[in-house]
Amino acid sequence: MQEPNTDVIQGTLDMLILKTLSLQPMHGYGIARRIEQISRDTFKVNPGSLLTALQRLERSGALDAEWRQTENSRRAKFYSLTRAGHKQLGVETEDWTRRASAVARLLKTEG
Amino acid sequence: MSLLRQLTRGLQALTNRAATDRNVADEVDDYLENARAAHLARGLSPDEALRAARIEVGGVTNVREQVRGYGWENAVETMLADVRYAFRRFRGNPGVTIVTVFTLAIGIGASTAIFSAVNPILFESLPYPGAKRITMISDMGADGAPLDVTFGTYRELLQRSHSFDAMAVVNTWQPTLVGRADPDRLDGQRVSGDYFRVLGMSPMLGRNFTAADDRAGGPRVVILGNALWHRRFSGDRDIIGHSVKLDDDDYVVIGVMPATFENVLAPSVQIWAPLQYSTVFGPDSREWGHHLRMIGRMRAGVGLTQARDELSAIARTPRSDFPRVPWASLKSGLLVHSLQDDVTSGVRPVLLAVLGAVILVLLIACANVTNLLLASSARRRGEFAMRSALGARRTRLTQQLLTESLLLAIVGGALGMIVAELGVRALVALSPTGLPRVGVIRLDAAVFAFGLVVTTLVGLSVGVIPALRASREELNLGMQQASQRTTGGHQATRKALVVTEVALAVVLLIGAGLLLRSVRTLLAVNVGFDPSHVLTMQVQESGHRFQQDSAAGDSARYEFFAEALGAVQQIPGVTAAAFTSQLPLSGDFDGYSVQFENDPNANATGSALRYAVTPSYFATMRIPLLHGRLLGAEDRAGAPRAALINESFAKREFPHEDPIGKRLGFGPSDGRLYTIVGVVGDVKQSSLADGETDAIYLTPTQWHWVDNRMSLVVRTNGNAAALVPMVRNAIHSVDRNQPIVRVATMDDLVGRSVADRRFALILFEAFGMVALVLAAVGIYGVLSSSVTEKVREIGIRAALGASPESILTLVLGQGMRLTALGLAIGLAASVAATRAIVSMLFGVSRLDATTYLAVVVTLGAVAMIACGVPAWRAARLDPNRALRAE
Repeated sequence: MQEPNTDVIQGTLDMLILKTLSLQPMHGYGIARRIEQISRDTFKVNPGSLLTALQRLERSGALDAEWRQTENSRRAKFYSLTRAGHKQLGVETEDWTRRASAVARLLKTEG
Repeated sequence: MSLLRQLTRGLQALTNRAATDRNVADEVDDYLENARAAHLARGLSPDEALRAARIEVGGVTNVREQVRGYGWENAVETMLADVRYAFRRFRGNPGVTIVTVFTLAIGIGASTAIFSAVNPILFESLPYPGAKRITMISDMGADGAPLDVTFGTYRELLQRSHSFDAMAVVNTWQPTLVGRADPDRLDGQRVSGDYFRVLGMSPMLGRNFTAADDRAGGPRVVILGNALWHRRFSGDRDIIGHSVKLDDDDYVVIGVMPATFENVLAPSVQIWAPLQYSTVFGPDSREWGHHLRMIGRMRAGVGLTQARDELSAIARTPRSDFPRVPWASLKSGLLVHSLQDDVTSGVRPVLLAVLGAVILVLLIACANVTNLLLASSARRRGEFAMRSALGARRTRLTQQLLTESLLLAIVGGALGMIVAELGVRALVALSPTGLPRVGVIRLDAAVFAFGLVVTTLVGLSVGVIPALRASREELNLGMQQASQRTTGGHQATRKALVVTEVALAVVLLIGAGLLLRSVRTLLAVNVGFDPSHVLTMQVQESGHRFQQDSAAGDSARYEFFAEALGAVQQIPGVTAAAFTSQLPLSGDFDGYSVQFENDPNANATGSALRYAVTPSYFATMRIPLLHGRLLGAEDRAGAPRAALINESFAKREFPHEDPIGKRLGFGPSDGRLYTIVGVVGDVKQSSLADGETDAIYLTPTQWHWVDNRMSLVVRTNGNAAALVPMVRNAIHSVDRNQPIVRVATMDDLVGRSVADRRFALILFEAFGMVALVLAAVGIYGVLSSSVTEKVREIGIRAALGASPESILTLVLGQGMRLTALGLAIGLAASVAATRAIVSMLFGVSRLDATTYLAVVVTLGAVAMIACGVPAWRAARLDPNRALRAE
């Protein structure tokens, strides 16, 4: 039997990150875990893609980053949503909903 | 906001790469640690947890690289790395780099400079609206040469022609501006009312001339040139309506021309006044003198041929309401040229030849750069094959090569810009007098960019494409070959390029050689007088006491010139001095029609140069008397008119008779004839290259009119130029308001008369030298790399017993064969190409064997040296080392 495809749907990683961070600030690993948990392991997040996406979102002003000291004296980078990030999340959510429901409708009429 | 972040983060990364890298590393480590902790929590052993975490993350280094690769700063870093690498390569190979850069600089710089200078003169249209419709109209002499028109002809054409919107005539004018500052002799023009309308220009301040201004006895008004307005009147806009004092009269300023106005007919002119000739005049008045230049603006839709046809039809059909005089009968017709042609025709051959020469230089430069880059790309095939094998993508290699080529082009171009700027300045300084539109010669940015782009494209195509092909196709092969050996394809191209370079250099050198011999021959021409130790200057009277057409004015003039001459002769060191109405080789040209007594038709349309000279002229100039007597004090006003003629004139007119005692009519037909009293040697008047012109000498007081400007010639034992202040003082001691202009030693004038050829010669010599050096570099380069590539072969030959001499001969022969082929092609090309400079040659055939031979010998010798170095290296190769080299 074939393994199920666990890739994040192309172009939706940013939206998923923004959504996850809209609840509370997190570090990279936390974000990955949260996406996997909430999607019930439908999506597995590739760490390289995730960290690059975080870098990109931070550069574009959707996220702020902050270094915190962890209890075992490592440095952890925590991301939080900015106002621009909230706005971007709104736009992307609306866009996704519209397209997803269109796809859903199409698939329904097919049957 | 986000843009600012992009910028600041990028710059942070660029300036502090270590900190940025540490941040990325920390974040990835933290991720890994969190993953490990999660696996531990799920109950795995510490080792298993770490392993699982590693698998989940998928390679710490990979992730780091992936995150690190995001951001624009990475592209910049790659580029900087390429630049650094390129400079390292350049430093590692300084010879090739320097030669490439300088070749580019000279090729681009020289061609830009020349094209910048030539462009406004040869190719741009004149700076007037509808410039193509402006024509120059001249009377034609019996010999077909253009002649200034008379006012009578102008008046007739103006009334009868329908091809023109406007016509105008122009006379030269040299008023002296007096006022607060020192008297200032200006170059001006007296113009008929429509002058500026013909050119399509109008004053920026005030008004244009009108018909009411241009009539006999009209108002004294002037229009100022922009430069004069700024220089003498500080750009005062209220000058309009005010008067300025010119000579002894007040003129009202009615207009100021814009700074963009270029007076191409006479670039130095800064002031214009109406011509104000009378429309009623007799045959002996100045209105029938050939001293006006005439321009016309053709109607829209009228072509040059149409205008020409109409004017010649008018010339052929005299009408009784427009009576003509014999010397302006228009019997030979009229000449109509575009103003552009008229202004540029004199310098066109020189400039085209120079342009051709610089194109040859540019071609040689291109060939040389191509050659160098081909060689270097051939050497680098191994390197690129290796990099490809290690995973470098083609885009990455292309980027590297582009960076290198562009760097070379930028450095070469920057130097080229300096060469071009200096070149333009040198050109303007060197330019022969009479080069039109010198004022607008400047560095042409478009031309420069064009040269740079072309050379860069050549560099790119020859440098990048072969290397890329190597990287793609012949990975294996390229690496096996290492970097030393190349296939024959490159060598064949390079040899062809060298042959081309040699051939082009031959053409240039032959051009330079022919010009050199021409200038030498010209300077050896006998001018007919002794130019050494002679100072010349023009003295002009100015002021009311010299009023035209009045007996008092005439005698005041004679008196002034006589007193001035007396004062000059008193100066210590002056051995002789004289006045003449026209000075040889100064650009003066003053001729009148001649008619011999008892022979009314023989020479009816012939004319001779008129020299009104004081008797000491012949002693001062050392013009030999061949026969009869010279002019003397007894040939004064009222005495029987006496004249001298020159030798070739006498021989032609009186081949079997004694000319002494013969009588002739000269100039205005006032019924009084001149008796020939002597024959003097021929003198070159307009140029050294000209044949002998008929000349008649007479005393100023026996001429029909009185000249208002005369040239002073002063002979001294010492340095002529050092006399200037003393002569000036002497003349000003007689009358300090008389302007003195055109001060020059006679030697200067002789030099100036070969100036355009010398100009071409200097440029050809310079370009020839550059070509020679580049060709030598090309030969050396090809041969040298061929020796390097054949080390093994040479080693085997040596090991098998070939003597160093035979190897030397082998390599030398290879180079000299290329040279010989280039020489042969170059000589054949020269036979055709020298046609282009034939009008500049003098006393030497364009197929002059001596010149051709000299070039062959020179180039052969230089090529021998260029071949000798690599040949010597090959001959001294140690076979042991050569065979182990690979």
